[in-house]
Amino acid sequence: MLDHGHGRALGAAVALCVSLTFAGCADEVSERSASSRHLVLTGSSTIAPLVADLARQFESQRPGIRIDVQTGGSSRGISDVRQGLAGIGMVSRKLGDAEADLSGYRLAVDGVALIVHASNPLADLTHAQVVDVYTGRVRDWRELGGAAGPITVVHKADGRSTQEVFLGHFGLDPAEIEPSVVIGDNEQGVKSVAGNPGAIGYVSIGSAEASAALGVPIKPIALDGYEATSASVAGGRFPLIRELNLVSNGPLSPLARDFVSFARSPYAREFIEAHYFVAVD
Amino acid sequence: MSPSTKDALLIGLLRTCAAVAAAVVVLIVVFVARDSWPALRDIGVARFLSTGWSPTGAEPGFGIMPMLVATLVTSAAAVTLAAPVGIASAVFTHFYAPRSMAVVLRRVMELLAGIPSVVYGLWGLVVLVPILLRFAPPGQSLMAGTLVLTIMILPTVALMADVALAAVPAPTLQAAHALALPRHAIALKVAVPAARSGIATGIVLAAGRAVGETMAVLMVCGNVVKLPTSAFDPVRTLTANIALEMGYALADHRAALFVSGLCLLLMWLALASSTVLVRGNQRA
Repeated sequence: MLDHGHGRALGAAVALCVSLTFAGCADEVSERSASSRHLVLTGSSTIAPLVADLARQFESQRPGIRIDVQTGGSSRGISDVRQGLAGIGMVSRKLGDAEADLSGYRLAVDGVALIVHASNPLADLTHAQVVDVYTGRVRDWRELGGAAGPITVVHKADGRSTQEVFLGHFGLDPAEIEPSVVIGDNEQGVKSVAGNPGAIGYVSIGSAEASAALGVPIKPIALDGYEATSASVAGGRFPLIRELNLVSNGPLSPLARDFVSFARSPYAREFIEAHYFVAVD
Repeated sequence: MSPSTKDALLIGLLRTCAAVAAAVVVLIVVFVARDSWPALRDIGVARFLSTGWSPTGAEPGFGIMPMLVATLVTSAAAVTLAAPVGIASAVFTHFYAPRSMAVVLRRVMELLAGIPSVVYGLWGLVVLVPILLRFAPPGQSLMAGTLVLTIMILPTVALMADVALAAVPAPTLQAAHALALPRHAIALKVAVPAARSGIATGIVLAAGRAVGETMAVLMVCGNVVKLPTSAFDPVRTLTANIALEMGYALADHRAALFVSGLCLLLMWLALASSTVLVRGNQRA
């Protein structure tokens, strides 16, 4: 009797495992995207949290509409709209020549600021100096004209959008970087620099400004003479930026068009700023 | 409803609950193994045991060895520091502290055990790291991780040791008193050996917590993938690696992170089986 019971419990366990393991494989994206009341967005994990926030607002204003936001990187966003799996793709960079078949709608701009501790006398670094610091050729602040002391190089983990913008702008390969500390999100970057007078790091400009306004002892420094502020990014002068785009393959469906204009409306601006991006006109 | 029908219903319900609980564990192991398999097959175990980690580079490297070492060293060091202090604190609470102080100490330990790890991490980052920074930059290091883990797991060791000491049979202690043994001998030579199984279980649980801890070590360890040459070098643990990269990983990179997860699962299984050994020995 006991053995029999154990057998049944085990059987149930195995059946449950099998069904749950394979349940996730069904592809629901394709069958839903055709619906006029359902919109699917996939792509960049940088843009997804912002779009998810906007989608919630959009849904609450239009009962019966469902919006699904899924991440997987900019490349997935592009391939999904090409295959018709998603109505809109999220791409956190400029569209290249290979993507001329797609239409892009710019949602916001993400700027990256180099930050140092507030007590650091340095106010400006050049392109070449940043490269020297991050590749370990310069290891002391004295060599940059600052007060003597070792430089703590704060770098972002692989795959982070900010890291890609940074490496792309300075033409660096991930393997060349000699970091002292590797961090995840912007908040951790700000805290790492705030706690270390010899540190240098880079974070989203909005994040740096918000922290500095709260009295955190960090200081965004100018790059090649360009002030690292969101005003400078909005004015199009700051060099270390990336575009955050919504893309579609051909004309937008009525629902998608509605969502894109909602996301680019003045109402959406506060959400864009809450995610530390810079809204564009 | 007859009693036997009630029994049958209850048994059915309990059986289902047990099956669900077992299924979840099996499911996790199956899932992690399934997602690591392509990496283990295509990349090979040997490359995972190398030291170069650059899964997105032009010539991808998948060596998790530096992270495996970091996990093992931080956890082992934390357990080595926390175990004696935790046991000593339990012995003090149990045999030396006045009753009112013992109550307060226990409450404090329970409170410490319940603090979310991210709070320990934040404390480490804003208090401990700047102190270490004065001795050896960048401060975020193997040492910082070890100290934060030590403080985190200390209450687990102390509370489990306290419970184990409380469970020592009264006749054992009465016999020790009857022999007119001094208090230190009763505590250290009679009670602690009698409670060793419970104390060891606490240490293993604490070790498990140290191995699995993610957020706190992510914040204070520096996360540079490199074999440490000193206690003040930054390191990245297996858990921190998964937390940092999983959201952005695709294909082989993602599978390689699942291999890190599989390593952690195996470590936990080894630890969990060691408790079985400890308990088995005591019964024998």
